[in-house]
Amino acid sequence: MSHANRLAGRGRIDRSKPIIIQFNGREVPAYHGDTAASALIANGILHVGRSFKYHRPRGVLAAGAEEPNALLDIDRGNGRRDPNNRATVVEAFDGLVTRSQNHWPSLKYDVGTLNDMASPLFSAGFYYKTFMWPSAAWKRVYEPVIRRAAGLGKAPTVPDPDRYVHSHAHCDVLISGAGPAGLAAALAASVDGSRRIIIADEQNEFGGTLLHDLTSTIDGLSASDWVAQTVATLSQRSNVRMLPRTTVVAYYNHNHIALNQRLTDHQSNPSKGMARERLWQVRAGEVIAATGAHERPLVFAGNDRPGMLLADSLRAFINRYGVTPGRNVVIATSGASAYQAAIDAKSAGLFVTIVDYRKRDEIGDERLLATQAGIEILDNHSVIGSTGRTQVTGLIVAPKTASGGVGDVRTLNCDAVGMSGGWTPVVHLVSQSRAKLVFDTALDAFIPGEAYQSERSAGACRGVYALDECLANGHEAGSGAGAAPSAKSSEATGFEPVRLMPTNRQKLRDKAFVDFQNDVTAKDINLAVQEGFQSIEHVKRYTTTGMATDQGKTSNINALGIVAGALELTPPDVGTTTFRPPYTPTTFGAFAGQARGVLFDPERITPMHDWAVKKGAKFEDVALWKRAWYFPQGRETMHDAVQRECRAVRESVGIFDATTLGKIEVVGPDAAEFLNRIYTNSWLKLKPGRCRYGLMLKEDGYIMDDGVVARVADDRFHITTTTGGAPRVLGHMEDYLQTEFTDLKLSLTSTTEQWAVIAVQGPNARDVVAPLVSDIDMSNDAFPHMSMREGKVCGVPCRLFRVSFTGEAGYEINVPSDYGEAVWEAVYAAGQPYDITPYGTETMHVLRAEKGFIIVGQETDGTVTPEDVGLSGLVSKVKADFVGKRSLARPDLVAEGRKQLVGLLTLDPDVLLDEGAQIVDDPQAALPMPMLGHVTSSYVSPNVARGGTGDPQQSGDGRSIAMAMIAGGHSRVGTRLYATTREGFTEVQVTKPVFFDPDGGRANV
Amino acid sequence: MSDHEMIAERRDVFHAVDNLTKPSNNESCAISVAAPALRFGLRMDATAAAAAGKPAGFDLSQSINSLRQSVADAASGRLSARLGPDEWLLIAETGADAAEALMAGLTADLGDVAHTLVDVSHRNLAIELTGSAAADVLNTGCPLDLGDQAFPVGTATRTLFAKAEIILCRCENVGQQPLYRVECWRSFGRYMHAYLQESAELIGARV
Repeated sequence: MSHANRLAGRGRIDRSKPIIIQFNGREVPAYHGDTAASALIANGILHVGRSFKYHRPRGVLAAGAEEPNALLDIDRGNGRRDPNNRATVVEAFDGLVTRSQNHWPSLKYDVGTLNDMASPLFSAGFYYKTFMWPSAAWKRVYEPVIRRAAGLGKAPTVPDPDRYVHSHAHCDVLISGAGPAGLAAALAASVDGSRRIIIADEQNEFGGTLLHDLTSTIDGLSASDWVAQTVATLSQRSNVRMLPRTTVVAYYNHNHIALNQRLTDHQSNPSKGMARERLWQVRAGEVIAATGAHERPLVFAGNDRPGMLLADSLRAFINRYGVTPGRNVVIATSGASAYQAAIDAKSAGLFVTIVDYRKRDEIGDERLLATQAGIEILDNHSVIGSTGRTQVTGLIVAPKTASGGVGDVRTLNCDAVGMSGGWTPVVHLVSQSRAKLVFDTALDAFIPGEAYQSERSAGACRGVYALDECLANGHEAGSGAGAAPSAKSSEATGFEPVRLMPTNRQKLRDKAFVDFQNDVTAKDINLAVQEGFQSIEHVKRYTTTGMATDQGKTSNINALGIVAGALELTPPDVGTTTFRPPYTPTTFGAFAGQARGVLFDPERITPMHDWAVKKGAKFEDVALWKRAWYFPQGRETMHDAVQRECRAVRESVGIFDATTLGKIEVVGPDAAEFLNRIYTNSWLKLKPGRCRYGLMLKEDGYIMDDGVVARVADDRFHITTTTGGAPRVLGHMEDYLQTEFTDLKLSLTSTTEQWAVIAVQGPNARDVVAPLVSDIDMSNDAFPHMSMREGKVCGVPCRLFRVSFTGEAGYEINVPSDYGEAVWEAVYAAGQPYDITPYGTETMHVLRAEKGFIIVGQETDGTVTPEDVGLSGLVSKVKADFVGKRSLARPDLVAEGRKQLVGLLTLDPDVLLDEGAQIVDDPQAALPMPMLGHVTSSYVSPNVARGGTGDPQQSGDGRSIAMAMIAGGHSRVGTRLYATTREGFTEVQVTKPVFFDPDGGRANV
Repeated sequence: MSDHEMIAERRDVFHAVDNLTKPSNNESCAISVAAPALRFGLRMDATAAAAAGKPAGFDLSQSINSLRQSVADAASGRLSARLGPDEWLLIAETGADAAEALMAGLTADLGDVAHTLVDVSHRNLAIELTGSAAADVLNTGCPLDLGDQAFPVGTATRTLFAKAEIILCRCENVGQQPLYRVECWRSFGRYMHAYLQESAELIGARV
């Protein structure tokens, strides 16, 4: 029957807005303002899931974020589905689809229930003890089976269609929690308007416990009216940012706080553009934790049946949502606060009995109030067990005896139970902030001790439970002027801690649950102690108590108390576990934010990028850059495209986008001296208009970077670096300039992106470029190899470099970036008579390897000296100093047998070595075989004759070439060695690392 | 010497991007690409700056992490951002492409004052944000406090936006609305623009 368990005239739900949600395919009528949990309870659906290990029927335990049982699979349509949502925090909307989890074939009939009957097998440490042997079975049997059984819920199978956003914010005071303490703090902190306040609460409405408090008054208003008035006041204040549906999930150093705001989960039809969640990173001057407290269940046999809730949660369902799991209620408690739940239940027309663990003389004024309300109270009673299966049908209770035992048992028929074993302050945030927690014996709880960061706590999270004190405490934390809000409340506080309810049925006690989500019983914890575990951290890992996604919000103190009791220690002696973020489960989407798809990482593109895309180029990632890799024509393979491009450059002319090379402008009277100290070679005598290849070492003497440098003027140099090395080189130079060479006057400016760089390479390069250039004499004599001229190309200013990384005569046209594409198009058009061929990075790599030019990071690996790669000629013998000079004399850098750069030619020219392949002297050598080095570069070259060097048009049609770093390599030139292949070994000839135009004549034509 | 007459066309990084700024009549943050500008990196020490006056109309008298907007003549706005003790970014908002002329003017005005100048006109581009939610949109990627007290009109600083380095300038308000100028390197332009636009939508600043 629909709304069978709805209570007339109660609750904050909007009865004028009926909605329908689904549960396991069944339509469940509800109202706007319901949660999934209250909607299910309203319709008598109490059995909403199966427990993790024993597959016991479970229902809703709590009314808030601490819920361990009622985990639902939520489907909001269009692939927006995720498992393990706590039904108590899922707002109901029309069309919401929910399903129960952890059962097969159905919620009602679940074969996993066998685990419950076999539960003696599944004691603490079951896996560790059972699956010891044979070890081979782990991989094939145990692990796959355990993996299938483990975990809750099913992961979504389609990409999350929702979008998420990150935001940063700053405030003077961040208040976590908008219950009485948080609201009082916000009022006080914001009153003079000078401080920026953020107040966040995980619920849809501000108010916290006040939302289900029907009896207290504050400043003469009902609790609910005071909340409304306070929210209205705060929203008028421009210095207050109010964030409902926002969980403060993490507290990091420097008061850096993460908040996750749920924006659309409560909407039937969220607007398309809106983010589902917004992850706030707040830097707060001060944090006020007003995070409240969680109620503890009582630990007795069968304390987990559907219909058995925490007492104050039962009160919240009755008062806030107008629903009850049953009409015949037993409140079982060891403290005072549950009496208000009983009184409220009674006033809602329910039949109510109180079972109080405490002796009559330990019970305070609450007794009189309950008696006046007509409620029967069984004091000095223990709860022995419960009856029922998918809903509780009775509570078995017995009077306690003076000797610590129990008397005659009786069963109280009931269909709803509210349990209260006291309260646990929510200290997660302050613990994350590294504040000390101290155990307060009177409160039986850890409360915040000395703060570590600028943080304080207020209200129930520091053990202040009475409403009036909460308000005063919050007001004080907000350090406001004026009077604190003043409350009148009949709610009583205080409780007598009880770890395990006394019983005369030890056997039953096996199913006294401590951790509901991980199905950990009191027996498991006692067993762990018996087996020698003494630290709570060890007991936790052995039994898994507190390790579920609820992080033991309802169970930690009960578990700790049982361990302490068994060891006859106090709880602080056993220790408390560490609280780690996030406070509640947080979606992956929230962490990803906007960083998905094209926004995952910047894709740096050159001015000619779109042209290359249109030409069908394939791209490769180099650092963050997209670089054209090769330009396939038609259905050409990569190999064929690269071979064609390689031939075209040597035979006519190619065009290449070299924009990504790093560029640094070094300007100032001491620019040349600075380069002299940074590079290994000499710079003082380089004339303006001339270029030089420079090699740069780290302090340790190893090659760091290389590149061509042009002297633009006496006091101005244009440096190029490798693509990936640009930021590193600029940082390296700035480091030396600012800390070591402070006597030098110059500046360093990154100009990588100022210039588009168009490399035109090949025997016809001059004929292509010259017609586009004005103001520069392009003749070979006037503008030789390794020089640079400023002038105009296509009418725009350029720095025209005559340089070559291919071995051919060629130019690198530098024009301001916005002109790059148009100039490129002009060059391409001018090159048409010469079949100008665009080529990519792969061809560039092959061409330079033919010439034996190294690539820093490919031939070198951070442990390679100039001598190792045959560049000792670039190391000045006369300069007094340069970065790395002293290290070059280190014994290990001058030792014999260092790995040195050589060329390798396979005896079979069709065999292509693998880059990374190992080089050995004797493939028959005993294992471990001595390895001499490895292949660093390997390509098929169309330009190297099959015989090894020379012109392929005369002696053959290309072959494989390779470069390698080999121990004592320079002295091995001319010998033969072996390289590993996927099948075995292949014989190679060691050569000098140059395969084409060894004299370098072609670049000077 | 060649005889060709053509002058290469200038195309910014957004040249081929369709629907770059879908106009929206429901937005509290307008995001637009700024016009091309001339830019120079100027380096000189603080004592030299004191002697430098206002070269080519650029006011260099501000403290670190602040900017000066001034007008040299009727046609060309001048913006200078001091990013460090010895570092200024000079921006001349002009349609004409006269980097050489401006550099010559700066060099002439600076005379004997020890300095270095580097043309970075094409290295950077600028995106402007204005509207009541402009700071909120920037705060989706920039961790700085952009409140009026911490980041008033006249603030300029090098910082981060998501995974890009930016220079963030709080320019003179446009009417009652704040105006932010975000300078970033050219190759990050599409990433920056797409990120800002996506973020504006996601926080409801553009519907």
